[in-house]
Amino acid sequence: MNLDKDLVAAMATPLVLAILADGRSYGYAILKRVHELSSGEIAWTDGMLYPLLHRLERLGHVQASWGESPEGRRRKYYELTASGVAALAEHRKQWATATRTLGGLWGAVALGGVS
Amino acid sequence: MSGLDAEARIAQWRAALARSAAVTEQDADELEEHLRDRMDDLERSGLDVDEAFLIAVKRLGATDAVTAEFAREHGDRLWKQLVPRVAVAPGEKPFLEMLGFAAAAVVVIQVARLVAQETIPADWFTRNLAFLVLPVLGAYFVRVRRIPLPRVLPLAGIVAALAVVVNLYPFAPGSGDDLFGGEPGQTTFLVAGHLFLVLWFVVLAAYAGGDPWSASRRMDAVRFTGEWIIYYVLIALGGGVLTGLTTLVLSPVAPQAIPEVIAWVLPSGAVAATIVAAWLVESKKSIVENLAPVLTAVFTPLFGAGLVGAVVVYLVAGIGLPFDRELLAGFDVLLVVVVGLVLYGLSARDPLKPTGAMDVIRLVAIVAAVVLDLLVLGSMLARIGEFGFTPNRVVALGFNVLLVVDLAVTAAIGLLQGPRRYARMAAWLTGFLAAFAAWGLFVVVGLPPLFGFA
Repeated sequence: MNLDKDLVAAMATPLVLAILADGRSYGYAILKRVHELSSGEIAWTDGMLYPLLHRLERLGHVQASWGESPEGRRRKYYELTASGVAALAEHRKQWATATRTLGGLWGAVALGGVS
Repeated sequence: MSGLDAEARIAQWRAALARSAAVTEQDADELEEHLRDRMDDLERSGLDVDEAFLIAVKRLGATDAVTAEFAREHGDRLWKQLVPRVAVAPGEKPFLEMLGFAAAAVVVIQVARLVAQETIPADWFTRNLAFLVLPVLGAYFVRVRRIPLPRVLPLAGIVAALAVVVNLYPFAPGSGDDLFGGEPGQTTFLVAGHLFLVLWFVVLAAYAGGDPWSASRRMDAVRFTGEWIIYYVLIALGGGVLTGLTTLVLSPVAPQAIPEVIAWVLPSGAVAATIVAAWLVESKKSIVENLAPVLTAVFTPLFGAGLVGAVVVYLVAGIGLPFDRELLAGFDVLLVVVVGLVLYGLSARDPLKPTGAMDVIRLVAIVAAVVLDLLVLGSMLARIGEFGFTPNRVVALGFNVLLVVDLAVTAAIGLLQGPRRYARMAAWLTGFLAAFAAWGLFVVVGLPPLFGFA
């Protein structure tokens, strides 16, 4: 099952922020993590991640810095800022409300990690 | 398939990305690194380098889709190639379209001039001037942008509704200030002038493709306005020289023909230039784009120094001004220039850069402009009781208050906000443009009845 496009778009920001909450990372690793976490069900066009990261940088939620990959290539790393942590908390609250509301209707078991 | 081949193809792919102005070298580095990471993983899982390249490129997404997404985020960079749809259109079609619309604008204005001369009351032409000029420019953008009909209709509806209102209002001819003797009354002139303001916003809506505006689209509209003005002034200067020379050449042989020639050439040139300037902004963007930030950088410190000096002089000399509409209108112009300089400066600025000397100068200029205007305004308002309100005074005053609020909030954001202040200042300033549109609409639609169409 592939998720609906709008839903993926809505999830993109909290997803990236949450992954960066585990520590600084870079684009390709973030995408791999999304793939792992969703068992491949969240399909993203790889290139679309970067404008999103740049937007988060512009908003001050993440901070970027250039480093080096183990292969010796230039790599751009992203790190969560204090404002990013706050934004993530806000997203979490909203998603908790959304899943609680839908869960209440559908009688579904509470999903892990959003309570 | 060798690794060398793959390198060539990676370079080719990268070049295709970098062709978009929205993608910088650094972005291309970042994306290339991503591509190579993906290829490494794929090769590790057993694919050859060629297959790995194809799959990795596919997963990154179609080049134009990715660059379009970059463009959405980095509208400022995109300004260099704002409308790839238009820029890409091959051959001379855009040029011919431009010529066609310029010709149409000329026909409209000349027909209206001749008709107005023959039959209609004198103030008809003044009142409708904006309707004769700007809708053609709007239509030009509808055509170049290929805006679909459902988006055109609301814009056309606004123009039509305004035209009906303005032409049904029973403006009193020859009333109003003594200054205007037998001329049309004050409100006629105010309405005619503010119609340009209101219709310009309609043009900008067409410029933006009829879309509801996001903050970055609004900034594009501001850039367009600024560069259009620069081109228009340049064309007007050239036109002035041409007119002068024509007069010179004709004066010994046919001096009696000069007014007639001017009556044909001047309005035609003036309206055609609106289209040509718009076309130049679109197609020769990089010329003025490099010019505008330089002009801004030169004039911001000069205006800053001038304004600070004026504040000092006013404070030392002390002011007890009577309410003087013309002085107030002069200050309106001054504030408009400051707003323009600030907007332009901000639009050329990378929002991620830390504060520099130019930012401080800009802030000083804004604060000085606000203080100066408040001094003048305060002094005038203290004495307004001696005079009544007339349409002209209300307009000069209202516009002044709008401008001062606009700049004061900008200064407050600049002084109080944190690292994102520049983005916020720009968002506030571009957002506040809606207030100017509303004000223009009020002057056109609301003011005349308030003052009995005087």
